[in-house]
Amino acid sequence: MAYFVQQLINGLTLGSIYGLIAIGYTMVYGIIGMINFAHGEIYMIGAFVGLITILALMSAGIASVPILLILAILVAMVIAGLYGWTIERLIYRPLRGAPRLAPLISAIGLSIFLQQYVQLTQGGRVKTLPPLISGGFTLMRGDDGFTVGISNFQIVVFLLTLALMAGLTLIINRTELGRAQRAAAADPLMAALCGVDVDRTISVTFIIGAALAAVAGVMVVLYYGVIDFFIGFLAGLKAFTAAVLGGVGSLPGALLGGLVLGLVESFWSAYADAAYKDVAAYAILVLVLIFRPSGLMGRPEVEKV
Amino acid sequence: MAQLPFKAARDGAIAALIAGLLALPLVGFRLVDQSGGEGLANRWPQLVAMIILVFVGRLALSLISGGAVRSVLFFMAAFAIGSLIIPWPSQFLEVVAVGGAALIAMRAAFLLLGSRPFGSMSGAVGLAGRYAPWAMIAFAALLPLLPFANRGVLDTGVMILTYVLLGWGLNIVTGLAGLLDLGYAAFFAIGAYTAAILGSTYGFSFWACLPLAAAFASAAGLLLGFPVLRLRGDYFAIVTLGFGEIIRIVANNWRSLTNGSQGIAGAPRPSFFGIADFTASPAPGHTAFNALFGIPYNPIHRIIFLYYLVLGAALLVNGFTLRIRRLPIGRAWEALREDEIAAQALGIDRRRVKLTAFAIGAAWGGVGGAFFAARQGFVSPESFGFMESVAVTAIVVLGGMGSQLGVVFAAVLYVGLSELFRPLEEYRMLVFGIAMIAIMRFRPRGLISTRRPTATLL
Repeated sequence: MAYFVQQLINGLTLGSIYGLIAIGYTMVYGIIGMINFAHGEIYMIGAFVGLITILALMSAGIASVPILLILAILVAMVIAGLYGWTIERLIYRPLRGAPRLAPLISAIGLSIFLQQYVQLTQGGRVKTLPPLISGGFTLMRGDDGFTVGISNFQIVVFLLTLALMAGLTLIINRTELGRAQRAAAADPLMAALCGVDVDRTISVTFIIGAALAAVAGVMVVLYYGVIDFFIGFLAGLKAFTAAVLGGVGSLPGALLGGLVLGLVESFWSAYADAAYKDVAAYAILVLVLIFRPSGLMGRPEVEKV
Repeated sequence: MAQLPFKAARDGAIAALIAGLLALPLVGFRLVDQSGGEGLANRWPQLVAMIILVFVGRLALSLISGGAVRSVLFFMAAFAIGSLIIPWPSQFLEVVAVGGAALIAMRAAFLLLGSRPFGSMSGAVGLAGRYAPWAMIAFAALLPLLPFANRGVLDTGVMILTYVLLGWGLNIVTGLAGLLDLGYAAFFAIGAYTAAILGSTYGFSFWACLPLAAAFASAAGLLLGFPVLRLRGDYFAIVTLGFGEIIRIVANNWRSLTNGSQGIAGAPRPSFFGIADFTASPAPGHTAFNALFGIPYNPIHRIIFLYYLVLGAALLVNGFTLRIRRLPIGRAWEALREDEIAAQALGIDRRRVKLTAFAIGAAWGGVGGAFFAARQGFVSPESFGFMESVAVTAIVVLGGMGSQLGVVFAAVLYVGLSELFRPLEEYRMLVFGIAMIAIMRFRPRGLISTRRPTATLL
């Protein structure tokens, strides 16, 4: 039982990170109907920018952990958001109206490019960071002496994810920007006719998605302490699975999908063969697409002629 | 007009600012391994040089679209030459400076001449399309007899032909039926492992392995295709990608069958149609190839034979595709590709027709895998990663979906360029990524876009 609870906590931490990345997939898909395959690389870039910011600040003499954390997250969000904006502007926008698969192929090319860019500038070596936030609480003690703990950092991840989700929900439901975003997702042409600047809305969508992925990246640097230029591929696929599982286009669905996926992975590693945990994730993707393509919280998509 | 330089300078400054911000953390700083963990080093010269390049490039493009074409041409030509002389902080930046300036100068030159680059290419392709295939086949057939055909050339030839074979196989799935398959390496892997396992563990000969590799790959295609073929194009692509990864992970972990990451040695080498072997000292009861023809033993005979085998297999796939395109099933594929809903309304069973394409494509992938195993003599999960699938898909899509000639063109470019630029190995994939983006941007239907339905009313 104690072991089970521990896996639950670990799974929810991992799931929060997947959920943050998945939001970018779901929002972009909801508004322009394309799978932004390069989104995982934005997460990877966010992780690198976060790591570099932390090291730069430390060498500048700042030692306070909360300041380091906040600044690293902010810088990573800004830079990653800028990457998201640039990518949409330079690569995806000219392809609107191109054959259906052209943006997907472009996105794969972009994903390869960004991986190689980081590998060339930062080297292929695995980068490490000793944990900044240590300590935690013991929650319960099992009969077999196994203790269940939640680390301070896991609490940070939960709180941050909750805060970001709450903020994003407020933006989407309550602000003018959010209304434009929902309108453009429902019907871009009609929204444009009603005076919504659809191009600008799409840009903002990419910026938000990229910034949230960057937060996930910084979290991963601090949580696992190891990153390399290739982490975006697998994380991107997992987050895409989470987005599909939750229902593409649905924001709470993305978080829910992320949490479910995190739990499945965590329990699979604990109770089954850890070598096959990625297979479990792909199997979920395939099964959801076959049996419930609209996901847990999405609306079914009607194919139009 | 007086405002033009000002506006262009403003565009350039904005672009330079954005590029500077984007590059500041990743180009400006470098993570270095230190005794106490990660350390930082900085690279300001590279960062400044990059910002200058972006500024100049954006400025020039703005001036071109503002009409100052002639001055840009001279300026960029001078910049390209100047860049050759100035010491840049890195060789890569020098290449970008010279190449970028040359490209912009070329664009300006084309604008002055009043023609668009590649605009007149389709006419030339149409003319060449009639004779080029025969010339290429003749060249491919005669290559081993040419004086410069040493071992390295033939090895590259086998590699190109394997990619052509895979590309033509995938072209049935992607080019004809319009299904973007990002996990084609899975079928390639199944074919290669079938041949390697049957050959090394059970002692099957290459000729027995070949049809079995095709059968196993095709069965896997049916198994995967059955549930996922009703998915939309991009979902389908991601699911096949997932399948490709699953096969690789299983190959890596199912040690009792695949020997894990160490791979299997002793994949069967093809014999001369079961009549003779390519060794100097054949096993008892076997004949040596050189003895059969009464020529001195030379290890290159085996490679030449493999070369012709792959060439024959590729031409077989090509002939198969060209024929099946004109059969009802081929027409149904193209109809589904062009308009799925209309095709269904005309009574085409979407699922069955797509499944046929998928299974046939998978079978050819398996054949390619068996040849790959025969060439390497060794099979390991590393050879079947996502990049391998992307390479084959890129060959089909960038060459021009549905164009058989485009596949050859793209395969020669892909393998040829990576062989030519071995010294620049580390930049190979970077350029590959850029090429994928650029081709989709400027020629979204591929380099040779002769994608037309075989049957039309007019």
